Amino acid sequence: MKKVSQVAGKAIPLNRADVDTDQIIPKQFLKRIERSGFGEFAFFDWKKDPSFVTNDPRHAGAPILLAQQNFGCGSSREHAVWAIEDMGVAAIIAPSFGDIFRTNCSKVGLVTVQLPQQDVDFLMSRSEELPDAPIVVDVAKQTVTVPGTGWERRFEVDPFVKHRLLNGLDDIGLTLQHVDAIAAFEAKRDPLKPTTEGAFKETAKFG
Amino acid sequence: MSEPRTIIEKIWDEHVVRREPGEPDLLYIDLHLVHEVTSPQAFESLRMTGRRVRRPDLTLATVDHNVPTTDRSIPNPDPLSAQQIETMRANCKEFEVPLWDIFDIRQGIVHIISPERGLTQPGMTIVCGDSHTSTHGAFGALAFGIGTSEVEHVLATQTLPQGRPRTMAVEVIGTLQTGVTAKDVVLAVIRTIGVDGGIGHVIEYRGDVIRSLSMEGRMTVCNMTIEGGARAGLVAPDETTFAYLKGREFAPAGEDWERAVERWKALVTDEGARFHRTVTLRGEEIEPHVTWGTTPAQSVGVTAVVPKPEEAPTASARETAQRSLKYMDLKAGTRIQDIRIDRVFLGSCTNGRIEDLRAASKIVQGKRVAAGVKAMVVPGSGLVKQQAEAEGLDAIFREAGFEWREPGCSMCLGMNPDILLPGERCASTSNRNFEGRQGAGGRTHLVSPEMAAAAAIAGHFVDVRKL
Repeated sequence: MKKVSQVAGKAIPLNRADVDTDQIIPKQFLKRIERSGFGEFAFFDWKKDPSFVTNDPRHAGAPILLAQQNFGCGSSREHAVWAIEDMGVAAIIAPSFGDIFRTNCSKVGLVTVQLPQQDVDFLMSRSEELPDAPIVVDVAKQTVTVPGTGWERRFEVDPFVKHRLLNGLDDIGLTLQHVDAIAAFEAKRDPLKPTTEGAFKETAKFG
Repeated sequence: MSEPRTIIEKIWDEHVVRREPGEPDLLYIDLHLVHEVTSPQAFESLRMTGRRVRRPDLTLATVDHNVPTTDRSIPNPDPLSAQQIETMRANCKEFEVPLWDIFDIRQGIVHIISPERGLTQPGMTIVCGDSHTSTHGAFGALAFGIGTSEVEHVLATQTLPQGRPRTMAVEVIGTLQTGVTAKDVVLAVIRTIGVDGGIGHVIEYRGDVIRSLSMEGRMTVCNMTIEGGARAGLVAPDETTFAYLKGREFAPAGEDWERAVERWKALVTDEGARFHRTVTLRGEEIEPHVTWGTTPAQSVGVTAVVPKPEEAPTASARETAQRSLKYMDLKAGTRIQDIRIDRVFLGSCTNGRIEDLRAASKIVQGKRVAAGVKAMVVPGSGLVKQQAEAEGLDAIFREAGFEWREPGCSMCLGMNPDILLPGERCASTSNRNFEGRQGAGGRTHLVSPEMAAAAAIAGHFVDVRKL
């Protein structure tokens, strides 16, 4: 995972609630077995509308996405995160996020910032009116600021996620440091729990 | 005497491999289910980092999301789908993971095949790269959907770092009216808590109505937990659970069975245990539900009318409702029973089990699908299909004019050729009515299998309680 300490720049004001991951990346693009190149398909159906916000050149190349409540709800497809990341977005600010989406963001180093509704609304209207005005998300200080205005808000971040973001740490590598603890746990696991070994057994074919 | 705990906390605590202040708990995963869509990048990353699958014997793969539901002896016409399925095969072979492939009778939707073989059991932690993994909670398991990075994490370590969730009790008390199903219960729950009401929580479903549901019904309820924002929802195991599991292939047998049941009986929420939030619904007040919008919370009883957006409680809900009505091409005030449909989809991990097909077949028996309506049944698994055929349900559906297909996720998400055309309106037993979910421009109304079957016959929604 790459290191992220600060994201600064303009924003894309996506002023909709309950944006589900089917909208972020429709199913027809989930057949790809690669991890890259999803950006051009982000918001595929909504983008057909010329007035959709990602088509607005004033917001092109913005590293921050502003969204409304429950952003990223629905399917667990991490392709949604890859698509947003591939658009060049490095941080998303919203009043709330879908749980699985938010976790997926934390695994790839996409910063999610939860701010109260009125603060998101403020940033949303400011970005609509002054699209070039930058916003700064500081992971270390846990703040969102609007330079030159004195506007600053603090946000909460899981301390472990923050640690991983700031140091660009690979989650699996961290867990594998505790492989002895995993082995010890396995040694005392309930032997009545099922295994899938029997699943290799051939059964009747059909079709 | 220790603090009273909820069943959620009991299962959680039993799976903690490592707990350190300032870090999420490292949880052991008892079963990892894998499918073709969310796993290729995870296996590829294992290859690149030189890592192995730690416990292939706690892992099971199938292909379900993009498999065709038509004759499987014909080569897959979609090269990308075919490649993804082929990749699943190659990865399973390389990493020695068991795979129930398309010609295996045990193949089917990942959340149907594990319970029906008795692999899903009380007290387990179960994950899968699919948000409807919450289905397995019906057995008193802690089961939740994960993304591809977490799939890779579980493959490599059989564990996941997880922050401790908040707990929510959803009680459904009283009894259900005849014709009201588990699907209507969960739609009513989501309508009550909202699509984001469960964020950060794990739900325990409680109360007499939940207790009275079959395992199939409990799976339907737990399945849609994610549509209310919660990653996992469960039902404490009881005699219904034990009766369902007994004798199934992967369930403990002989003396082990008795010992396992004793352990499972301890999986209840202790008297005095506290939930962060409690929501109560009355069973008698739940009508057969129909969604009218593009989120699963946008539903009403079948006797109601499409609500007015201006009556929504918040500005954002009003705006969402307006967008939904526009997309769905509906006008506020239209009677639900006046909404005509073009398509019917009976299937999915929500309602593709044998009990669902039996219930729907009773409604269509001896009748014909309305003129102009295309209806299809997609059994949830090869075994569901086989059982249904043994009971003659396929003949009932075929004679009524339904198509009878091979198992898979099919038109729940339309990754295979089973999709709605733009503007088509579908009565669907699936779980998501999102814009374009069943095909770009398609309009989905979520209903129970009984309601879908009745709509197929009438050509519009009808109140199944009146049949």
